[in-house]
Amino acid sequence: MLELQGLTKIYNTGDKALSDVTLSIPSGQVVALIGPSGAGKSTLIRCINRLVQPTSGSATIDGVNITALGAGGLRKARRKMGMIFQEYALVERLTVMENVLSGRLGYVGFFRSLFRKFPQSDVDAAYRLLDRVGLLEMADKRADALSGGQRQRVGICRALIQDPSLLLVDEPTASLDPKTSRQIMRLIVELCSERGLAAIINIHDVALAQMYVQRVVGLKLGEVVFDGGPNDLTPAVLTDIYGEEDWEATIEKVDDEDEDT
Amino acid sequence: MPTHEKNGLKVWQVRETKAQLIRWGAWLIGLAIFIFAWKEISDNTLWFMMDNVGEVVADIAGRATPPAWSFILELGGPIWDTLAIATLGTFFSLIMAVPVAFLAARNTTPSRVFVRPIALLIIVSTRSVNSLIWALLLVSIVGPGVLAGLIAISIRSIGFCAKLLYEAIEEINVVQVEAIKATGASRMQVMVYGIVPQIMPAFAGIAVFRWDINIRESTVLGLVGAGGIGLALQSSLNVLAWPKVSLILLVILVAVVIGEWVSAKVRGAII
Repeated sequence: MLELQGLTKIYNTGDKALSDVTLSIPSGQVVALIGPSGAGKSTLIRCINRLVQPTSGSATIDGVNITALGAGGLRKARRKMGMIFQEYALVERLTVMENVLSGRLGYVGFFRSLFRKFPQSDVDAAYRLLDRVGLLEMADKRADALSGGQRQRVGICRALIQDPSLLLVDEPTASLDPKTSRQIMRLIVELCSERGLAAIINIHDVALAQMYVQRVVGLKLGEVVFDGGPNDLTPAVLTDIYGEEDWEATIEKVDDEDEDT
Repeated sequence: MPTHEKNGLKVWQVRETKAQLIRWGAWLIGLAIFIFAWKEISDNTLWFMMDNVGEVVADIAGRATPPAWSFILELGGPIWDTLAIATLGTFFSLIMAVPVAFLAARNTTPSRVFVRPIALLIIVSTRSVNSLIWALLLVSIVGPGVLAGLIAISIRSIGFCAKLLYEAIEEINVVQVEAIKATGASRMQVMVYGIVPQIMPAFAGIAVFRWDINIRESTVLGLVGAGGIGLALQSSLNVLAWPKVSLILLVILVAVVIGEWVSAKVRGAII
């Protein structure tokens, strides 16, 4: 479904953020992307929807080469890629409903969006999604009145109302407390399986990733150094990705929780 | 390094000794310039004119009181003109300032090399000329009257509003803009959803702030024939009708106070 072929990004400063990343993700698969800060995780997902322009290589979704698209084609392609951000990235001064409906901007014309005249089907979809994430009564609140967990749910709704086939998720839980983090991760993974979406989730919390995903990709200095199942993450692998540290506690914790559930 | 070893202790001071000396030197030079300028002004002042300052002030104050209250009915029209010049002038300047601001902001300009310098030039040139000078020019172009004042205020305010607005545009949160882009929104949609909501508070604040300034500026435009209450002030001064002058000054004071009160209220409501 998503094919990355030799994707490379060199920033103007000369920093090589990604070097020759080749990765293939089938439909419906949820992949966690782990790696230390600065490994290129954010750059990788931003190269896929071209918020960052890759230097070379290609990203292909359902046979469409995203890297070769012009402005119009890129907008059409972006509609099929929902993005969820670390700091939620809601437009703070708009209402929850406006934020969710902004996920439909790729589908409606300029004047309709200017006067907030979205088609009834979009409004219905927005209410359905807000109900699904438990925020129906918040629809008319301003986004900056919500808590972190609530804002991230709105962010999820905005991504899903695009009717995407791929979710690009950038550190969804980094600004949230541990309990909310788990709820948000569970919600994302559940929604992906309900709708058969593929997803790439950048995440710092290795234990959390292991709990919820089917596949883990490890990135180090812009290169893929690990690609396997969540249970293949041994202390040796983590040392390879992040460097020397005592990893037993991290992995043990996951085993305990696996038994609980 | 601000930190250095001395007798085995780590001594820390906010600046290096050399940097500190340069600072003291700069202060000293500044002080010397100030004293020199003070002396120059003093030497060029006709101090004997000051001998009877008190008498002159008392004389004018005596002539100017009581204000010619009956004259107030004739001031309704001019003060209305003044407020109209300020309000419409602010309105038209904002219409012109918004596109200029978007062209000038580094993150929204279509071209940093070609378009941005032109936008910055518009900002600087409209800002650098006082509205009284604009009014003088315009009175000779479109003739005396309210229209000249209106155009003068509009032009003068473009630079001010566009400058503050483009600074607000440059300070927006880019991640919110990225999020809107990522949905497949067009350039215009990104502007309406990602940028405009973020700069609305700044825009409203700038608008009332400039309106407040424009009320003050438009009161003097009449001095050069560009309409409003300044015109009445000018004609009263010409015939040394001090009671009328004092009344006009009072009316201006009240108008300015009301303007400041309204703009403070509006800004308070936004923030």
